[in-house]
Amino acid sequence: MNTLAPVLEALTVLIAEDSAADLLLLSTIVRRQGHQVLTARNGQEAVEVFTRERPQLVLMDALMPVMDGFEAARQIKQLAGEALVPIIFLTSLRESEALAQCLDAGGDDFLAKPYNQIILAAKINAMDRLRRLQATVLQQRDLIARHNDYLLHEQRVAKAVFDKVAHSGCINAAPNIRYVQSPYALFNGDLLLAAYTPSGDMHVLLGDFTGHGLPAAVGAMPLAEVFYGMTAKGYGLAQTLREMNAKLKRILPVDMFCCATLLCLSAQRRVVEVWNGGMPDGYVHDVATGRRTPLVSRHLPLGVLAAEAFDDRTEVWPMALGDRVFLLSDGVLDTADAYEQLFGAERLQQVFAANREPDRLFEDIERALAGFRGEVRDDISMVEITLLAGQPLRSQGALYSDSGQLSPLDWSVSFEFRAESLKRYNPLPYLLQLLLEIHGLREQSGALYSVMAELYSNALEHGVLGLDSRLKRNAQGFADYYRLRNERLAQLDSGHVRVHVHVLPTAAGGCLTLRIEDSGPGFDVEKVLARPLDVDRLSGRGLSLVRQLSSDVRWSDGGRSVCVEFSWEALA
Amino acid sequence: MPVESEVSLDGKKLTITVKGRFDFGKHQDFRNAYERFYKVPETYIVDLKETTYVDSSALGMLLLLRDHAGGDNAEVRVVNSNSDVRKILAISNFDKLFDIS
Repeated sequence: MNTLAPVLEALTVLIAEDSAADLLLLSTIVRRQGHQVLTARNGQEAVEVFTRERPQLVLMDALMPVMDGFEAARQIKQLAGEALVPIIFLTSLRESEALAQCLDAGGDDFLAKPYNQIILAAKINAMDRLRRLQATVLQQRDLIARHNDYLLHEQRVAKAVFDKVAHSGCINAAPNIRYVQSPYALFNGDLLLAAYTPSGDMHVLLGDFTGHGLPAAVGAMPLAEVFYGMTAKGYGLAQTLREMNAKLKRILPVDMFCCATLLCLSAQRRVVEVWNGGMPDGYVHDVATGRRTPLVSRHLPLGVLAAEAFDDRTEVWPMALGDRVFLLSDGVLDTADAYEQLFGAERLQQVFAANREPDRLFEDIERALAGFRGEVRDDISMVEITLLAGQPLRSQGALYSDSGQLSPLDWSVSFEFRAESLKRYNPLPYLLQLLLEIHGLREQSGALYSVMAELYSNALEHGVLGLDSRLKRNAQGFADYYRLRNERLAQLDSGHVRVHVHVLPTAAGGCLTLRIEDSGPGFDVEKVLARPLDVDRLSGRGLSLVRQLSSDVRWSDGGRSVCVEFSWEALA
Repeated sequence: MPVESEVSLDGKKLTITVKGRFDFGKHQDFRNAYERFYKVPETYIVDLKETTYVDSSALGMLLLLRDHAGGDNAEVRVVNSNSDVRKILAISNFDKLFDIS
């Protein structure tokens, strides 16, 4: 063992040298340094030995018979491929041109004759370090490539699942929704969901998760499940928001959350109800006046606050048929130019002001973004929903194929909801589920839910809370109405709404009688019903809707009690 | 250093300063800025005087700091934010969780 230059690891060294004396001398030196030695007498043999034994380092004489060292070096380098097999030329040549030729042929270093043991050992060690470095680099490169493949595969799978979740519902089927989502927006955590409620209202969610790729997709699943599930069951925005917030708070790490705007558009009631937590302003576009009312973020994003602190208060805005709601992600406003200036809300307003054709708004915005930046960012989402009349009241889910024999047909149930319940509990989804046990009613579930929802909110708002629907005659009054509603509900400490359900079998099928009573002062039924139905009026929609959808509506007890009937024929 | 932290002489106040863009790239530095102190301060100050931009992952980092500092009982003040930064904090309604000035 050479003590001057300690060997890290014994190498297999090939020595190619045509002079027997030099070969013996070199072999002895290299063996003494602790390495294994293979020998060759010319370039041809060197290539053969290399092919067979794969030595880790080569000492190569430059001038040899049959095949010289230069050609052998070229062939060995080619055989070695990506791995570094250092070749040190042994040469008595002195001219710089000849020495350069050694390196040009693929040599890594040269050693002049006569041999100096210490220099040789140091050079072998130095070359070994290089060889190891190269091996490590290759190994790490392959590892990174493997990890990258793996990651890309996972992302593809996650994106496929995410796309399915984010695009179920009615987002593509509804005639009144237009949206653009750049391909990466989806996987950058932007989420767009839409679904119909049992009464034909539409819920829309535009969300933006912190984080990208997998983490965002992981959060999107439960959010979408809650959204679709609760919307289909008839839950309102407040309950749905509470559930989404609680679920995200429970499963997401502290630094992850979801900015979101949730809308409920009702063509029947001509309103949009909005909750915005952390998204840029959306807009309600009053097409007749051109006015755009901003839908401002009033809340922390979903998944930040604990359930007790969560604020589910919504805002309600009137809409006429043909009016539009526009929502966007922060990718639009945060598009930056070359000087890191952001596009911002003011420039968006300018695009609004310049827009002549409402249907080309998205294109106008995209053009403005492209002009501002030179290219449009790859993570923008925009959605626009138009309020259209006559969304069909479709029945929810598949009808059972049995004849309805198993469904209960002769029963009654009564509920009394008192102040504390009225404040925060919405009994409608529960009641609807109960009534859908009657298979014959399922086809009418939309109408049933709409009627029940109208009568319940009349009993609560006009009865228990004493609100006058005439407040809603203009936009300001409309806002006042919903502000008063929230205030009075928060302070409520007495009063009740009772719901009585009677189900009776009939010769043809069955009949449901639904009676709703409230503790309010009642109202002059004849006077209210005599008011003309004005299509542009913001108030009074509820009652005309109820009268359209149910066969018989009767008030009693001075307007404090209302009764409707639904009947059905036995399924064939 | 883009993220610096300094404890007041009495050890009760930790000030974290973020320079330039406050985004995911500062994640580890920002965590180190408060996790490396053994003694727990009473007040945390995040000084954004030299911060040009915050993104949503920066908001996430502020939530992490708040959690570290005791959640609802935490005293975290975000100071010297410029108008762009303040707009982003306002949209997310972070003033409901942090004392922002």
